[in-house]
Amino acid sequence: MRWLVFGLLIALTPGAASGHAFLDHAVPAVGATVAASPPTLQLVFSEPIEPRFSGVELASAAGGPVATGTAALDPRNPAALVLPLPTLMPGRYRVNWHVVSADTHRTEGSYEFSVGR
Amino acid sequence: MAFSRFTAGAALAALAIVVFASEATAHGTAGARFFPGTILTDDPFVADELSLPTVSRSPKDPDGARETGIDWDLAKRITPDLGFSIGQGWKYLKPGGGPGITGFDALNAGLDYQLFRDGPREAIGLIGLHATFGHTGRIAVGAPDFTTLTPAVAFGKGFGDLPDSMRLLRPIAVTSNLSVDFPTKTSSAGAANPNNFNYGFAFEYSLEYLQRQVMDVGLQPPFNRMIPLVEMAFTTGLNRGAGGQTVGTVQPGIIWAGQYVQIGAEAILPVTSATGRGFGGVVQLHFYLDDIFPGSIGRPIFGN
Repeated sequence: MRWLVFGLLIALTPGAASGHAFLDHAVPAVGATVAASPPTLQLVFSEPIEPRFSGVELASAAGGPVATGTAALDPRNPAALVLPLPTLMPGRYRVNWHVVSADTHRTEGSYEFSVGR
Repeated sequence: MAFSRFTAGAALAALAIVVFASEATAHGTAGARFFPGTILTDDPFVADELSLPTVSRSPKDPDGARETGIDWDLAKRITPDLGFSIGQGWKYLKPGGGPGITGFDALNAGLDYQLFRDGPREAIGLIGLHATFGHTGRIAVGAPDFTTLTPAVAFGKGFGDLPDSMRLLRPIAVTSNLSVDFPTKTSSAGAANPNNFNYGFAFEYSLEYLQRQVMDVGLQPPFNRMIPLVEMAFTTGLNRGAGGQTVGTVQPGIIWAGQYVQIGAEAILPVTSATGRGFGGVVQLHFYLDDIFPGSIGRPIFGN
């Protein structure tokens, strides 16, 4: 019982630990279709991330890389990355991301969104 | 003597594998796939995790007896790819028509090696040697007077690589484990102790994977971290009068996987008349020690 209480306290105490950073939501949203090319991609994670070991790449539906700016930490949110985008032609795009959370756990993922379809 | 040779062989095999150990990550992840720790099916990954408690109430067995159990299990990484587990339970056994009996069940432990972790294919697997130790629990509640050694393999596969036309099926993942029991005594109190073949599966549909990998459908907490699943486990006797006899359960339920802790709840349904009748249930509180204590007991003992 002591272990249970101890574990619950640890698990529920804010700031007591730092977990794996998983994607919470993105703008444009995962799987969304937007009418016009967005100026940036914003990826918001479940935990603060370490920008030096994190990155976001954009690819076309055919798999070719799309030149973008460099992903940077959102100054208003240590759990968000912002990727500046060029003007995207209508079509489907794949976002590949990898991040390292503050406790050094690495996670990765990918999703698609479409422009003008 | 045969078991001594077997144990020594397994130890040598584990040692040889360690020599070729590769870099691995913590938690039950393979690429973009997160595999939760399942209640019934052995996990296909080594981890630093604690299940405390797992509270279960079994269906009635064919004799009308019913068990209520409270269990704990600790999994700890020795190196990034080698881990051990240890656990035990307390049991309340209510025979049909008789007075209830309480006591500890047998102590169990295991040594597992992460065989592979393939991110792009969301595939993961391990091999292990598990043991249930005799004379470590109360025999009256079913704890054995003999030790059983159980070599095991476990695999997991996510379906994130399905084609775009089947993208709504990408959140599906399957984990499976296969093992064979080798009891160290052929009989106890006049009853045979057969070799058993154990096999189990977990079919999962991750709403969290759907949200962050496929399509944001707007699920809000707590639903955006839920994983509906169906687990099933079977044991088939191989010899000593039990050849071909199968017992097993199917367990539909839900796991909620938070940042530091997960909660699981499943119904327990017997699948053969030899297993029992009616239904039971199980709930589990499961802690991610690697996230709760990332700088101490949540790390491998050796390496990183």
